[in-house]
Amino acid sequence: MPTFVINGMSATVADGMTILEAAKQLGIEIPHYCYHPKLSIAGNCRMCLVEVEKFPKLQISCNTVVTEGMVVRTDTEKVRKAVTGVLELMLIHHPIDCPICDQAGECGLQSYYMKFGLHKSRFPLEDKVHKKKVQDIGGQIVLDAERCILCSRCVRFLREVTGTCEMEFFDRSDHSEISIFPGRPLSNNYTGNLADICPVGALTSKDFRFKCRVWFLKTANSICTGCANGCNVYADFKGDILYRLRPRQNDAVNKTWMCDFGRLEYRKANEDRLLTPVIREGGKPIAAAWESVMYTTAMKFKDAAEAHGPESTAVIASPQSSNEELFLVRKLAKEILKTPYTGFSFRAPGDQTFDDFLIRADKNPNSLGAQLLGFSEEGFDRTLKAVSEGKIRALLVFGNVLADLTEGEIVSLLSKVPFVANVGTNDGAVPRAAHAVLPQASFAERGGTFTNYAGRVQRFQPGFRPRGKARAGIEIVSELANRMGAAWAFAGEASVFQALSASEEPFAGLSYESLGEQGRPAGGAK
Amino acid sequence: METVLTTHFADERYRRVDRYLELGGYEALRKALSGPKERIVDEVKKANLRGRGGAGFPAGVKWGFLPKDLSRPRVLVINADEGEPGTFKDRQIMARAPHLLLEGIAIASYAMTIHLSYIYIRGEFVREAKIVEEAVAEAYAKGFFGKNILGSGFDLDVYVHRGAGAYICGEETSLINSLEGKRGWPRIKPPFPASVGAFGLPTIVNNVETIADVPWIVTHGGEKFASLGVEKNGGTRLIGVSGPVNRPGVYELSAGVLLRDIIYTHAGGLKDGKALKAVIPGGSSTPVLRPDEIDVTYDIESMGKIGTMPGSGGVIVIAEGTCMVRALSVLMNFYAHESCGQCTPCREGTGWLAKVMGRIENGQGREGDLELVLDVCDNMMGRTICPLADAAVMPAQSFIWKFREEFERHIKDQKCPFGNRF
Repeated sequence: MPTFVINGMSATVADGMTILEAAKQLGIEIPHYCYHPKLSIAGNCRMCLVEVEKFPKLQISCNTVVTEGMVVRTDTEKVRKAVTGVLELMLIHHPIDCPICDQAGECGLQSYYMKFGLHKSRFPLEDKVHKKKVQDIGGQIVLDAERCILCSRCVRFLREVTGTCEMEFFDRSDHSEISIFPGRPLSNNYTGNLADICPVGALTSKDFRFKCRVWFLKTANSICTGCANGCNVYADFKGDILYRLRPRQNDAVNKTWMCDFGRLEYRKANEDRLLTPVIREGGKPIAAAWESVMYTTAMKFKDAAEAHGPESTAVIASPQSSNEELFLVRKLAKEILKTPYTGFSFRAPGDQTFDDFLIRADKNPNSLGAQLLGFSEEGFDRTLKAVSEGKIRALLVFGNVLADLTEGEIVSLLSKVPFVANVGTNDGAVPRAAHAVLPQASFAERGGTFTNYAGRVQRFQPGFRPRGKARAGIEIVSELANRMGAAWAFAGEASVFQALSASEEPFAGLSYESLGEQGRPAGGAK
Repeated sequence: METVLTTHFADERYRRVDRYLELGGYEALRKALSGPKERIVDEVKKANLRGRGGAGFPAGVKWGFLPKDLSRPRVLVINADEGEPGTFKDRQIMARAPHLLLEGIAIASYAMTIHLSYIYIRGEFVREAKIVEEAVAEAYAKGFFGKNILGSGFDLDVYVHRGAGAYICGEETSLINSLEGKRGWPRIKPPFPASVGAFGLPTIVNNVETIADVPWIVTHGGEKFASLGVEKNGGTRLIGVSGPVNRPGVYELSAGVLLRDIIYTHAGGLKDGKALKAVIPGGSSTPVLRPDEIDVTYDIESMGKIGTMPGSGGVIVIAEGTCMVRALSVLMNFYAHESCGQCTPCREGTGWLAKVMGRIENGQGREGDLELVLDVCDNMMGRTICPLADAAVMPAQSFIWKFREEFERHIKDQKCPFGNRF
């Protein structure tokens, strides 16, 4: 634990820490481009130069380990001139095409220019070296070689994280550029990260390209719903449109990365949404008010239970639901409906790709949460069997699919139930067949927690108000329960979580606040 | 004067092992193998042998940087990527006395307990590489390389590796990367090659001339070698003189020789009785000297006092009538072409310097261009992983400092007074 002095302030830091990391910890900003906390040290951008006593030359702070008694200055005229000088050199061949560059607003060159540069160009326009712009290099990425500052983050990412090595440096001196090998485009499931780690506009996302200026975007801390890994993400939105997901650092889950599938999960919040309550009469959907959908649904369940007993009702939960929603759904099923038919399935239609890094075969964010809260695959099978035997008179389904069944199978199954209510965010086979559709807020519009495959309970926060007439899942479930005779008074997901952690052993000892931004493992004091 | 390296350079057959043996070759190896390793390192230290690649780092001290424990194999890499403009001495050793180098490799490897050595030869040296490869085969055949060398139980394998023609691969860490089959980019230090070098193993990189001196040191002793030179600069060194002199070539001289004598005595003075205009004393990267600065001895310390260095021993003579702007422009184009592109200041700065120099020489210089160049130099110097940026900056600064009037005249007249045009 060496003690050193930085800008006159004495501090003790962990062994082996570099000046750059130590400064960051102490709130001192050292500009840098090539340094990335999850990649090897390249030391080639030369922006992080600092003065270290007893060293005649300025040292790169990213590769200089703090030693006992070291005296560092980041605020001298010499350092400032050096940083400004490096920045000027970085910019001499840069096209300065900020008005048409997607990176504008979150660009390392822009921010440092405003902080350290502000110089007039001393380099004649006609002397600029031109390189290829708008190159589709595969995956989710477009390369503009002219904007590149050759920090090598992308090359190191593909070498060290994915191990696929699709990119390299080509040519020398000021004609150096990064590119793929001819005819060998990016071929891994993590290409989107390249746009994140590129500090400038050289690597941008094909999907986000020209969609929105980043300074219009607001951000919510969220969790990717694409699989059971639960990668921490930033959900960037404008108004009630979600524009993109970016990885948020959580060393216990996804470090600073996310996969390309997860990156496109944001579309679910925008496309094919269920935005208005629907009653289906005689096979025809009719837009309805919440009041009438709630009334109808509650009445149908009560009628079924009174006429045929509680075992004529059933509830199929969804691993896309939050822990809070699942907790209330189970409460509804056990305490109000008192039905033996409950369950959930983590099976899902479509591609079940998985790898040994971030992509799980289970494409749901909360399968483990559903299990811990008492729902089972076995219960799901039992419920479906009862449905197919015509024993169920009123069925409540969460989510727009039933395991990995096809639309035809779902339609023929649900036709055996006189009343099907569906709570969900997106259109699909189930809402198309349901007699009542109760539109639910998407993950960007509601808060809650998911329990990932490893048992980590993580919060996601709402970005904006639910679109259309959609409502938060816990509100829908609470109101249904109250209309069926309960007297629940939950005020938001935090209060539900409080009740949940008080009664559910795996969640004992956790509070909504204690989960913080990084989540905590379920399983009590384990 | 006693010579270490060039004694038999004139002998055409000296490059063959038979002739080399006739003239006492590989006796030093025999002597070295019969004694303790530490004695060899001690003799090299006593010899005040400074690295001949340009930096002048004491060879014995460098050898001492290897980790003490022998758990990981170590590697000796010979830097035969002689690419510094104005330098052509290692080439002579390889072409005329390859076995001096090979014997040096065997002795140095034994001294450092190294069983694997690479000779990294510059790509353009086709002929020299062939000669060295033949010599290596001869050495294997005679039992100087391979298993159980001369019955000592010591094993050593030596491989010749050809470069692909990049100047930067003369820098030891990019040479190591190139040797590993990677892009020739210098590595950040730490770790230093002595702890993590070629293939992750502790590695010593030495220049051809440095290692070729080792057999003589073993035969005659370190003190004798030291006495051939001056204080802190032991032995002789090969000095290559180029430019409009009467006898250009490589001369083996003591470091105590005056730069004036190198030019006027050994190289026979300037052709056609022309006056001296400038001297680049130690390869193109070293700061230029004016004619009134050449009464200086060729040792590292004396040259350092006047702001330059003997570098890799390449004396480039510039005669009157030569345009210094054009000369600098040529040099700047070289560095702009050879910058590896890794560090920002060098990648962008060398090209900028070349462009400004080009326009000044072409009669399109602008007011303030010299201040611009000096400021860009300031932003490059000491700011990069390897010294290539410094190597470009040193001539740029010194040319402008010492011949400023000539640069200013180019800009003022908007033309080259010598009539040069690119």
